[in-house]
Amino acid sequence: MDFLRPLTWDEALAYKAGRPEATPIQGGTDVMVEINLDKGRPAALLDLNPISELTGWSAEGRTVRVGAGVTYSRLIGELGSLLPGLAQAARTVGSPQIRNRGTVAGNLGAASPAGDSHPPLLASGAVVEAESARGRRMIPIGEFYTGVKRNALAPDELIRAVHVPAATGPQYFSKIGTRNAMVIAVCSFAIALHPGERRIGTGIGSAAPTPRRAVAAEEFLAGELDWDGRSALDPGVARRFGELVAEAASPIDDVRGRADYRLHSLSVMARRALGWAWKDYAGRGSA
Amino acid sequence: MTSGDLSRRRFFAQAAVASVGMTVPMSVEPGAPEADGLVEVAFTVNGKGERLRVDPRITLLDALRERLELTGTKKGCDRGQCGACTVHVDGRRVLSCLTLVATMDGKRLTTIEGLAKGDRLHPVQQAFIDCDGFQCGFCTPGQIMSAVAVLREGHAKSDEEIREAMSGNICRCGAYPNIVEAVKQARS
Ligand SMILES: Cc1cc2nc3c(=O)[nH]c(=O)nc-3n(C[C@H](O)[C@H](O)[C@H](O)COP(=O)(O)OP(=O)(O)OC[C@H]3O[C@@H](n4cnc5c(N)ncnc54)[C@H](O)[C@@H]3O)c2cc1C
Repeated sequence: MDFLRPLTWDEALAYKAGRPEATPIQGGTDVMVEINLDKGRPAALLDLNPISELTGWSAEGRTVRVGAGVTYSRLIGELGSLLPGLAQAARTVGSPQIRNRGTVAGNLGAASPAGDSHPPLLASGAVVEAESARGRRMIPIGEFYTGVKRNALAPDELIRAVHVPAATGPQYFSKIGTRNAMVIAVCSFAIALHPGERRIGTGIGSAAPTPRRAVAAEEFLAGELDWDGRSALDPGVARRFGELVAEAASPIDDVRGRADYRLHSLSVMARRALGWAWKDYAGRGSA
Repeated sequence: MTSGDLSRRRFFAQAAVASVGMTVPMSVEPGAPEADGLVEVAFTVNGKGERLRVDPRITLLDALRERLELTGTKKGCDRGQCGACTVHVDGRRVLSCLTLVATMDGKRLTTIEGLAKGDRLHPVQQAFIDCDGFQCGFCTPGQIMSAVAVLREGHAKSDEEIREAMSGNICRCGAYPNIVEAVKQARS
């Protein structure tokens, strides 16, 4: 197995162009499990850790550009107020040791339907900055997930950063697991209120072949909420929203949970997350 | 706003720690692998410079145990779930089983062997003894490395917070209540 150590981003792109089969490694918290369990040895590893530019983030206008090397720990510590939904999800990933190494870019590279970054990225409308020696491509998050553990990256492409719109309203993430730490989600849900556009964003995790939005639920809710008066949430609306979120999912039975349990818990999570978000919005009063 | 301000502050904090009686080895030139497929890395472990030629698939955990004979770091699950292999890399706790030693070039590592000063135990080691924070002891090096980091991170303000911050370290004997007590003793 070859070990490729680029020092700069351009070198990394050149290596990947020459060896498209090389596996990029950032935090290694997915890649290493595969290597240790001998589930397929990569022909070559492309170590992205020496590329220091990847570990930075910047707020560009209303969007935060999060470099591919920014760990969950830093996201929690530094971006909790700009990207509250993603930071909440990051807090639930693995353990503190995993969060000290794992990254959102690695979560996207792995593209597991259970990855915790995906629901908040969908709810906030993120864009993946992918690049190869051929050029740069901005991939809307809704087009990024193409199948179970498959994504839209071409073999010679690398993720350089993720662009996430800064929150303009309350955001919440909710996840079901067997205990409070170190759990892969049985299923998960994220909501983002975008009051400026009178719009709702959602993301469903671990309940379909790919992470996905609940578009009908978003549209229903956006039309029902009292955006101007900020009056209390109609319980009937909240319940219907939960049902529509569950209808958007197509879960399977597996070792972590049964499909019908996933559907039920999704509707409960969606209703509760909406309750928390609306309470924040209504409590804030008119701006 | 950028992350630059924050990381600069962190850099200075680390630089200050690194300058206290530690030798930092020259890092090896990065670039293409050598013809025999081995990779050369240089780093410090517990203040001592080390230079190894390694198969790129070797984990930091195996390199510590098999090449450097630092067997205090334990191999539990080898897949990131148990925390027994926790070490510090540049002051932050990571799992050595999920870290390739080839990525450690130029890094500053601390293992359980590096905590005591001669015969004087680190306060967290002493606290684990005083509070009976272990039974069989297999998870203990990882628990202690995590606890040292938890105290440094400032995440030990309540029992609840300690439990959450220590959640990446599993103890199959179930010494959790005493581990929490040990972290509290070391905190004060
Ligand atoms: C014990 C344990 C618990 C875990 N718990 C959770 C959890 O609760 N929630 C969760 O979502 N995940 C969990 N994970 C999985 C993992 O930690 C996450 O998916 C993490 O986000 C991976 O990030 P990384 O930087 O470590 O990725 P790596 O392992 O470095 O890479 C992951 C994948 O992405 C690719 N990749 C990495 N960087 C790039 C890039 N810049 N461009 C293109 N491709 C790239 C790699 O080739 C690989 O296919 C857990 C893992 C372990 C071992």
